[in-house]
Amino acid sequence: MLLSGAEIILECLLREGVEVMFGYPGGAILPTYDAMSKYPQLHHVLVRHEQGACHMADGYARATGKVGVAIATSGPGATNLVTGIATAMMDSTPVVCITGQVPRPVIGTDAFQETDVTGITLPITKHNYLVGSIEELAYTIREAFYIARTGRPGPVLVDIPKDVQNQKIEFVYPEGEIRLPGYRPPSSATEAQVEAVLELIQQAQRPVILAGHGVVMSGATQELQELAERAQVPVALTLLGKGAMPESHPLVIGMMGMHGEAASNNAIQEADLLIALGMRFDDRVTGNLKTYSPNSRKIHVDIDPSEINKNVKVDVGIAGDLKTVLRQILPGVKSVQHAEWLNRIRDWDEDSDERDILKTYEGDKLLGAQVMNDLWKYTGGNAVTVTDVGQHQMLEAQYYPHQRPATMITSGGLGTMGFGVPAAIGAKFGRPDEEIWAIVGDGGFQMTMCELATAMQENIKINIAVINNGFLGMVRQWQELFHESRYNSTPMFSPDFCKLADAFGMPNMRVTRREQIEDAVKFARSQPTAVLLEFVVEKEEMVYPMVPAGADLHAMIRRPKPNERK
Amino acid sequence: MDQQSSKHTIAALVENKPGVLNRVASLFRRRNFNVDSLTVGRTYKSHISRMTLVVDAKRTDARKMISNLFKLINVIDVKLVSSEPHVSRDLALVKVRSDDADSRNGLTLLCERFPARIVDIGPHYAIAEITAQEDVVEGFIEEVAKIGIVELVRTGVVAMGRGTRILDTEYEPAIPVAANGSAHQVY
Ligand SMILES: Cc1ncc(C[n+]2csc(CCOP(=O)(O)OP(=O)(O)O)c2C)c(N)n1
Repeated sequence: MLLSGAEIILECLLREGVEVMFGYPGGAILPTYDAMSKYPQLHHVLVRHEQGACHMADGYARATGKVGVAIATSGPGATNLVTGIATAMMDSTPVVCITGQVPRPVIGTDAFQETDVTGITLPITKHNYLVGSIEELAYTIREAFYIARTGRPGPVLVDIPKDVQNQKIEFVYPEGEIRLPGYRPPSSATEAQVEAVLELIQQAQRPVILAGHGVVMSGATQELQELAERAQVPVALTLLGKGAMPESHPLVIGMMGMHGEAASNNAIQEADLLIALGMRFDDRVTGNLKTYSPNSRKIHVDIDPSEINKNVKVDVGIAGDLKTVLRQILPGVKSVQHAEWLNRIRDWDEDSDERDILKTYEGDKLLGAQVMNDLWKYTGGNAVTVTDVGQHQMLEAQYYPHQRPATMITSGGLGTMGFGVPAAIGAKFGRPDEEIWAIVGDGGFQMTMCELATAMQENIKINIAVINNGFLGMVRQWQELFHESRYNSTPMFSPDFCKLADAFGMPNMRVTRREQIEDAVKFARSQPTAVLLEFVVEKEEMVYPMVPAGADLHAMIRRPKPNERK
Repeated sequence: MDQQSSKHTIAALVENKPGVLNRVASLFRRRNFNVDSLTVGRTYKSHISRMTLVVDAKRTDARKMISNLFKLINVIDVKLVSSEPHVSRDLALVKVRSDDADSRNGLTLLCERFPARIVDIGPHYAIAEITAQEDVVEGFIEEVAKIGIVELVRTGVVAMGRGTRILDTEYEPAIPVAANGSAHQVY
């Protein structure tokens, strides 16, 4: 079969099982866009900004576990992808970005729209390629998909010069195994490691499991629950670990870290054993490393060997696929009780309950916390939520418990504002039968709100909840706590979000009182198209608890109890 | 670790492709690894290059560096050479004054005491070459400095495990390597 480079690209995408690609055309990628008419099975989604394309591919990948695909032209098209690529890198999500490059003869001459894209993205991709000839094109794309989805997943970029796209070659798909001598994702634990883990679990009086994104990505949710139940170990979740175990489960003690549950953070600090599974001891999770869980032995299982002993020194470090490793460990785990320890954690929880703003608030403003709680209630706790970054993100994590893995999609590692709306669109493409809610702040929403047009053009049904507090809320919170309430550049003018939605032809509703939430959710669900709900909330709400950056994990700023208030 | 120093020597086999050195350098920069010396050269296989890295153990954790090197797709194998018996060599070219008999004689004497030789001599300057272990090279340079160094260049350390400790790879690239030694040619 005589195929052009452009056709080979699409042929390879098809063989990788790609159904949808998110992109934006331009000169250097035009041959590939032209070839799309021969591949109607590959649905192309025209975004409004390439950052959106990458976030959509990322959202699709997080929702499905499959590789998401983003396409852009050279130069500005490719540089617009950068934030999206860095986001996927930090959260280890499998994305393949295909970019057009100027023709080979002019590379290195500052040709029109030439940028050294492989150079720019080198530190923020798992790997990248500049394709040098049509002969290596198909093999390179195969490699890219393989690298993106295996081991610790991550973004891979393939930069393809325009003349390679135009060249023709007798095409033979490179079947057979991929030969990457320097790429050997680890898989399992040694017998000695399994022994060591079992011994530590056996001895522990106050164990805590730290469950992260890796549990979800390796599909080890069942194994996690079995381990927790059998050894009666409470489970604290990272932000990206939400849903790794049903959050209604009595052993799940909630999110850990900067805005985590006090019970989780206290338990970690008092534990005599931490079992860290598929998480990486990010500073937002540990606080001050010098005082972090000082009296515990530590077990760490992660797919990436370079994560072991990176931030926290551990007693047993296992580089391997979490599901495989847990399956090795489980047969040796004896059933034990830790009633006293679990009671102690319950006491912390009760203390938190007394401080909960949902129970203690006496004002008449709508609160972000109430919105999250009620969204949870009226969606039956069963929606896939995709958040942006800020206070609303932390409130979602605190007030919307998830029962299933991969039902909370958020930018954790990079904390990318603007992620929410496009990632929700991508997630919906991946899981069309799910109810998808984008939960975004008024700030982050305005960074990528152009993608409302994409949602309408594609007739994609998502529900968008804009939590409008008139501020860059999370930054305002820091200013209130650490900069004597000097609100420099955080109060924010916004357009009338409902009129804006009107302009896109998107049904919408403004909610200012709590009683309206139920109807608003009903309305959103009843519409066949994407819907925007604007929640006008208290301007100066605070998210508690809060561990100030770099402070000891137990040194949380708490919301005072009603009787403690002045 | 070397007995007398706090230096680690790491050897890495990498694919001989454009940009691989850049990937390694970028890794060191973003992970804040300090490198004393880094050498790269081809091996007896055209598609494989070998790097030797020397790091100061006090400033850089060799184990972290190795696990991060392994993450690079083009890095085929990595060994901490200095943890086992090995041979290491550094090469220096030193240009010194040779415009009077004292300096010429001084240099000749030094070349007898050290594994060094004079490789170029003219009316004004001479070049001495030394190939030896890093500390010996350093000792030589200290002595030559007394005569007066005007220019100096060193290759950085290369190292190899002794005896049966062999760092090699069976790997053959899936896409045939072009005559200029690169599969992924940058134009
Ligand atoms: C792209 C980007 N720029 C800046 C920041 C820093 N930042 C973190 S949270 C935040 C405020 C977010 O405000 P908003 O979107 O209104 O959400 P809220 O916190 O009010 O819920 C900012 C500016 C960021 N995370 N990402």
